[in-house]
Amino acid sequence: MDNNKDLKRILTFSAIALGIGLLILFNYIFDSYQLRILNMCGIYITLGLSLNLIYGFTGLFSLGHAGFMAIGAYTTALLSMSPDLKELNFFLVPIVPWLANTEWSFFPALLAGGLLAAVAGFLIGAPVIKLRDDYLAIATLGFAEIIRIVLTNTQSITNGSLGLKGLPPYTNVWWTWGLALASILFMIYLFKGSYGRAFKAIREDQVAAEAMGINLFKHKVLSFTIGSFMAGIAGGLLAHLIGTIDPLMFRFLITFNILLIVVLGGMGSISGTIISAIVVTVAMEYMRILDGPMDLYFFKTDGISGLRMVIFSLALLIVILFFQRGLMGNRELSWDMILNPLKNRKKGVKGE
Amino acid sequence: MSFEIFLQHLINAISLGSLYALIAIGYTMVYGILRLINFAHGDIFMIGGYFAFYGITMFFLPWWAAFIIAISLTALFGMMIEKAAYRPLRDSPRVSVLISAIGVSFFLQSLGVVIFGGIQKGFPIPELFGIRIIFGNLSVMSVNLFIPVIAGIFLAGLMYLVHFTKTGMAMRALSKDHETARLMSIDVDKIISYTFGLGSLLAAVGGIMWGMKYPQLFPLMGLMPGLKCFIAAVVGGIGNITGAVIGGLIIGMTEIMAVAFMPALSGYRDAFAFILLIVILLVKPSGIMGESLTEKV
Repeated sequence: MDNNKDLKRILTFSAIALGIGLLILFNYIFDSYQLRILNMCGIYITLGLSLNLIYGFTGLFSLGHAGFMAIGAYTTALLSMSPDLKELNFFLVPIVPWLANTEWSFFPALLAGGLLAAVAGFLIGAPVIKLRDDYLAIATLGFAEIIRIVLTNTQSITNGSLGLKGLPPYTNVWWTWGLALASILFMIYLFKGSYGRAFKAIREDQVAAEAMGINLFKHKVLSFTIGSFMAGIAGGLLAHLIGTIDPLMFRFLITFNILLIVVLGGMGSISGTIISAIVVTVAMEYMRILDGPMDLYFFKTDGISGLRMVIFSLALLIVILFFQRGLMGNRELSWDMILNPLKNRKKGVKGE
Repeated sequence: MSFEIFLQHLINAISLGSLYALIAIGYTMVYGILRLINFAHGDIFMIGGYFAFYGITMFFLPWWAAFIIAISLTALFGMMIEKAAYRPLRDSPRVSVLISAIGVSFFLQSLGVVIFGGIQKGFPIPELFGIRIIFGNLSVMSVNLFIPVIAGIFLAGLMYLVHFTKTGMAMRALSKDHETARLMSIDVDKIISYTFGLGSLLAAVGGIMWGMKYPQLFPLMGLMPGLKCFIAAVVGGIGNITGAVIGGLIIGMTEIMAVAFMPALSGYRDAFAFILLIVILLVKPSGIMGESLTEKV
């Protein structure tokens, strides 16, 4: 295998170069709607990876992603909005004075959003992390709801249910895909090292992992905090992509979408998450047709809103009922697999 | 706060609490037997309300007939869901079943939006339940007085069923140990199916009365009450029916009374239950009535 190493390295670099080339091309030829979908893909890759880190790799079934995204989105938006824009937004209840005149540039604001989400993740994770999977799910879901309720009610800071409108569209393809690429590289790096292996050991068997000297609490909280950080940054990017945020955006639905991506792609597979994030995001947009009026020859409707979500929840059900391992299981797409599909298959059979 | 107003809040709190209790029982029974948070339970509650609504408005049934049909249909529906989405995963990791339950929940919600429409529908309140009783400063809808009574009747029936019939005994046996129960010639699949039917039946009763109390229905109405009732089940001690009732009443009370005494907190109403959940999980994870579960190593 080793003689292939250089070839693989060249292939990896050329794939990244090709990716960047494609992004430049897309940036040039796509209209704003398609660009938006492209950006969404990048954001959802990050989100999918962050949930996969927490759930797929460490085995902590957390449903709190919407809350961390909300924290990231609100922090980034509030820090980067200009004072005039804030005054325009907060017409019902004036904004608190210490926030009124802050105007940070996008990157520090984004970083602050991610850090605040990480702090929240740490504070939330530390007490509940020892709970078993289903209790953890409901506790994190509860925290996400509490965050949303607090955002709705602290009107002088977040503008309450009115939300924030007219956010400057800082997010572009470079931000979203740059973040996605950074997350991918980070995950690959993480799982080559001892931390990643410890996470996987915890997923497979907590007791055995602890017996091997892995500090369960430290590693679980670490995984949870890193995941929250990534979710917070993705939330900040999402806010400046869409341009409008309000607490209703961060309901359980958005966590469901991310969960769908992780389950579809395979729990514990980086490449599976990337593929399914792109597929789900693009499908989510193009299936909007289903919500609009339809005219098949034998069957006419005047637009059923919600049909799209019926199909997506069915997709989740079918995957979990019949293809529990998802697209990739916990394997990774590697050059070996592409260059040498036959050999790999043979090995797979032997392994089973 | 005058005594009359306090009494009014108290009646309101008890009726809300008994609704929560009815729904919480479904969670606690399913969790007791399958160790599964049936995420779709809140949506079964919604479906029950809609069945009754269509029985009255579309088929012009008298209200009692519509209610009975809606309740039985919902029970069947709950059993169907178990068969389709949970039974194939009986031997899978618990989280897979949980994800399946989340999928069912979203499926029912979005199907509800497609079939019933996303707009709120006013529930046609039968005359008996819609009487406004005025007593000095006190003004209560009669449905608020009926709810605790009806909930009590169903609870008594359930208690009888669980403690004094063979099916109930089988249910209790299953909640201890599936394998041993099977060896005692208990048809495990059938009993699990009955449990879902029973839980869904109570959810339907809750859904119909919810529809009359806040006279409107919408496809996402099951989401919040569903989560809160699961919390009620956890607070009371999951797997324990009496515990679920106590938990339901506690959450109903806290919500109404906290807002009544501290109106400034009204925006945080939905957060109380979650805060209670987290406190309980940290202080006494087995709940008020629950036996402590020891983790097998």
